[in-house]
Amino acid sequence: MSGLVVNRLSVSHGAISALRDVSFTVEPGQLAAVIGSNGAGKTTLLRTLSGLKDASSGNAEWNGREMLGAKPDVLVRRGISHVSEGKSVIPELTVKENLVLGGIWRANKSDTNAAIAEVVELFPRLGERMGQDADTLSGGERQMLAIGRALVSRPKLLLLDEPSLGLAPLVIEQIFETIDKLRHKLGLTVVLVEQNAMSALEIADTGVIINLGEVVASGKASDLINDPALRAAYLGY
Amino acid sequence: MQKVIETVLIGLSTGSIYALMSLAIVLVWRSTRVVNFAQAGQAMLSTYIGYEIATRSEVFWLGLVFAIAAGALIGAGVDYFFMRVLFKHATTGPAAVVAPVIATLGLLGLIRSAVGLIWGGDLRSIPAPVSRDGYTIGDTTLPFSPLNTLIIVSVCLVLIAISILFTRTNLGLALRASAYAPEIAQLAGIKTAQTRTIGWAIAGGVGGIAGMLITSYNFLSPNSLDLLLVFGFIAAVIGGLESMVGSVVGALILGVGLTFILNYVGTSLTFISGFLVLIVVLLVKPEGILGSRKGRRA
Repeated sequence: MSGLVVNRLSVSHGAISALRDVSFTVEPGQLAAVIGSNGAGKTTLLRTLSGLKDASSGNAEWNGREMLGAKPDVLVRRGISHVSEGKSVIPELTVKENLVLGGIWRANKSDTNAAIAEVVELFPRLGERMGQDADTLSGGERQMLAIGRALVSRPKLLLLDEPSLGLAPLVIEQIFETIDKLRHKLGLTVVLVEQNAMSALEIADTGVIINLGEVVASGKASDLINDPALRAAYLGY
Repeated sequence: MQKVIETVLIGLSTGSIYALMSLAIVLVWRSTRVVNFAQAGQAMLSTYIGYEIATRSEVFWLGLVFAIAAGALIGAGVDYFFMRVLFKHATTGPAAVVAPVIATLGLLGLIRSAVGLIWGGDLRSIPAPVSRDGYTIGDTTLPFSPLNTLIIVSVCLVLIAISILFTRTNLGLALRASAYAPEIAQLAGIKTAQTRTIGWAIAGGVGGIAGMLITSYNFLSPNSLDLLLVFGFIAAVIGGLESMVGSVVGALILGVGLTFILNYVGTSLTFISGFLVLIVVLLVKPEGILGSRKGRRA
């Protein structure tokens, strides 16, 4: 089956079990929001999918091909890009260097340059700041740069870990709008991990709610938003 | 006045060699957070290999090429066979910080003994590629020779090559990214373990150049590079351990400073002065003269 299929995935940190039997699917071109409170296991899920962490059991396939057991550098080459938590840019490098980094695995430099030009078109503000060190950027700009870096690798599956973390409400709104626009424009499949449940579900096609390492609910995002019990228990109002 | 100028020139030449060693230490520190005390042993072994080639072929430059290649191979080997294994088994707890440093000290002893077994403890010398006799102006012979000039010029070339590598190439970007943020580098598709091994290889090659240059000026023995290690390390600390430019500036300051003490005070104080500088820098400016502007992690 094409798309992302996660099947009975379990992950542990030593003796502590972080994820238990997590299963969900994301159809190609769809956006799945993974919602849950702090410590629910959302970040562990993404780290496992991108090859940073080993799973203890279960499997995960992207377009019919097993992802688990492959290292991140291999998965990037298969079109899977992970933007890790907390504005994942390298502050000591310039904006341009951070973007080049996204395509560094390509043998062909002109492909990278073309991809960077596309990203700059999407985020003109980055274009104005190409020569600056990334640590001179605002929080929102850094998040744009982190996503931009991932896009330079021209991914098919984008794993986004809490892009709203530490940003002002107005900026968060912009970030979510941008993600929504991007994925339609580029036809991306997205797994968006968020604590900011409502904003994430509003742009999502499907939602997966995780609590204490287990999936407690999943389905169409609109159904989840309208389920009074879920709203009260997990969506915070 | 003439003596002052001569002292500065000799100091710059000595400092240039310290610069290569401190650069090798900084290169490894930046990419692995390990102060590699085995660097002196690696450089010494590569210099012995360079010495064999240079004396047999009677071509210094061929010896230098082999010393660089040997240094790079040894450096890569140390990372691949020792450091990777070590990091796999000692990643957490207090041992994680100390273990690699102790391991590099152990490795230094091991290489030194192996070299002693193969080549013995005799002092050996490499025929210098250019004259060691000082330049003469009129009737006076300066203590500064064509060899000193060659040393300064080659060190400048190495520094330019390394800075081009680091700032203009994808490999350089990969090396920097892996040093600053290994996880982001990995997510960007960089094979960080391999990149780190390349970093060790570059450092090893630079160490090989330092060994050959100082030996063309001095003698080679299983202990002859120890002082170079000490001064290279002090220079790296003066520069902040993190910055390549800082380590070079630190090395030049140290080279000139120590040569002044040697020429004006006496040999007996040179060694102690090096340590005094280290202590003063650690007390007054522990981040180094050009220590990272953002005071980045320890």
